[in-house]
Amino acid sequence: MKSVLPVLTVVGAVLLFWLIAVVPMNMHLVADQAQRDGLSVSPQTPVERQAFSGIGLSLRNLHLVPRTYDFVRPRLPAPQQVAEEMYATIVQKKITSKRSLVYHGWVTLAPTLLGFFIGTGLGIVLAVGIVYSRVMDRSVMPWAIVSQTIPILALAPMVIVVLGSMGIQGVFPKSLIAAYLSFFPVVVGMVKGLRAPDTMQLDLLRTYHASNSQGFWALRLPASVPYLFASLKIGISASLVGTIVAELPTGAKAGFGARMLVGDQYGQPLVSWAALFAAALTAAALVGLFSLIERITLRRMGMQGA
Amino acid sequence: MVSAAIVVWALGWWINVWLANGTASDNRVVMMLIPAVFGLTVVIVWELLVRGYAVNPVILPAPSAILERMLVEGPRLWADFHQTIIKGAMTGYVIGGLAALGIAVLADRSDFLTRGILPVGSFMAALPIVGIAPIFVKWFGSDWESKAAVVAVMVFFPILVNTVAGLRDTQPMQRDLMRTYGAGYWPTLIKLRLPSAMPFIFNGLKIATTLALIGAIVAEFFGSPTVGMGFRISTSFGQLALDMVWAEIVIAAIAGSAFYGVMTLIEKRVTFWHPSQR
Repeated sequence: MKSVLPVLTVVGAVLLFWLIAVVPMNMHLVADQAQRDGLSVSPQTPVERQAFSGIGLSLRNLHLVPRTYDFVRPRLPAPQQVAEEMYATIVQKKITSKRSLVYHGWVTLAPTLLGFFIGTGLGIVLAVGIVYSRVMDRSVMPWAIVSQTIPILALAPMVIVVLGSMGIQGVFPKSLIAAYLSFFPVVVGMVKGLRAPDTMQLDLLRTYHASNSQGFWALRLPASVPYLFASLKIGISASLVGTIVAELPTGAKAGFGARMLVGDQYGQPLVSWAALFAAALTAAALVGLFSLIERITLRRMGMQGA
Repeated sequence: MVSAAIVVWALGWWINVWLANGTASDNRVVMMLIPAVFGLTVVIVWELLVRGYAVNPVILPAPSAILERMLVEGPRLWADFHQTIIKGAMTGYVIGGLAALGIAVLADRSDFLTRGILPVGSFMAALPIVGIAPIFVKWFGSDWESKAAVVAVMVFFPILVNTVAGLRDTQPMQRDLMRTYGAGYWPTLIKLRLPSAMPFIFNGLKIATTLALIGAIVAEFFGSPTVGMGFRISTSFGQLALDMVWAEIVIAAIAGSAFYGVMTLIEKRVTFWHPSQR
């Protein structure tokens, strides 16, 4: 709780910077519009205005500053414009409406969650295999680590189209990407976690004459839980990013990614920005949810939450 | 062909079982050999299966076709690499990294700011920042500047958070020692706190390598000159030249691993004293 005030200060500073940046970013567009509306603008023609930087033009046209904050098609929308757009499309629209961000959010969220659960499940299975099989450890583990350094996310749109051309559409292709992206963090984290018990603890179980499977359920699995949660938090945000990128350039009709692109192509920057922030909120909510589950689980298990 | 694939798979697996359980399994060469055998087996099985089932190259090209394409299209692939990786990703990586280091050192002077930046920064690092790509392409034009800007923003937060956390990592005892030497803020920063923050900083730098490539390639999907890896991937895809797409994927994979590998090497040199490197 000690960090509430510092966090608010940092957020406030960012907002302030944003508010100031709105003026020079939009000034050229606003000046052009003001001239069409018959107001006086200091260099008379658009060509002359091009010679000025955004800041210089703003200083010469101080009376136009208020207009930059409620411009219809801004280069950089003001914070309250984004907030209004989000309120309008999240709260005021019916959930079933094509313009409701809740609807688009669900289109993105459903494949994310499905893929995340598939990826996590497979990742845990592979991690168990790696810990118990020397061959798998030696042959698969290096590739699992190398695969983390490959920018596979950049190929997400292609995967969607290839699967689409094979007649596989809907939720599945997007969840495949989400699953892939959450798979490797979980494998790497779980291997580390399952190996976390030290020799002393393993020896103790051996003196109890515990079998391999008893050792797994009573020692290795519980010891891996903190590592699992760290991986889950990375995995869920990676999955969401993957789904959004998969939607971006593929001509998807719904979802956060599609909204960002539609706003961009049809000159409605507010739509893009609202989708961007809604996606950010969703990511934050998912990570927050897993932190909460982590804290409760670890407390139940008698471990200190990380 | 298909039965040959099964034989190759069994053979590769058998070699690895033999190597991993053999007496020399902790030897360095063998430890490199096992994943290499595994990778090779996968590639051969892929080749045999594609031929055996006569898979349409529009869906999945054979590894030999991809390799051939890489050899034939060498100059074009190099031009794409230069545009996307060197101009877009590297420039953005350096700008974002320097900005993050600078702000971290500045913020570090105030405990209040540090406590604010850590949670906000790690929150931002989890967000889908790639989504700003279309906006940035509009702002900075379609050449490499917009890609560098996207990359800079993407790599900024992980590096910032790790640096801020690293700078806090000195023990009171060590700081007191510096004080008894009469060292002021700058000597303490350069001789004690930055070196001890290095493992954290490199952690951030290594996470950022992959992000940089992703940012540079994805941003090209929203507008680019007629060169670049993202551009080539999407246009070759439109022409159903899947072997070219895969050739770019291989290049991206090699570039990503090499970038990461270089950072790991530098890290080894710089943080040779850290327990994880000894």
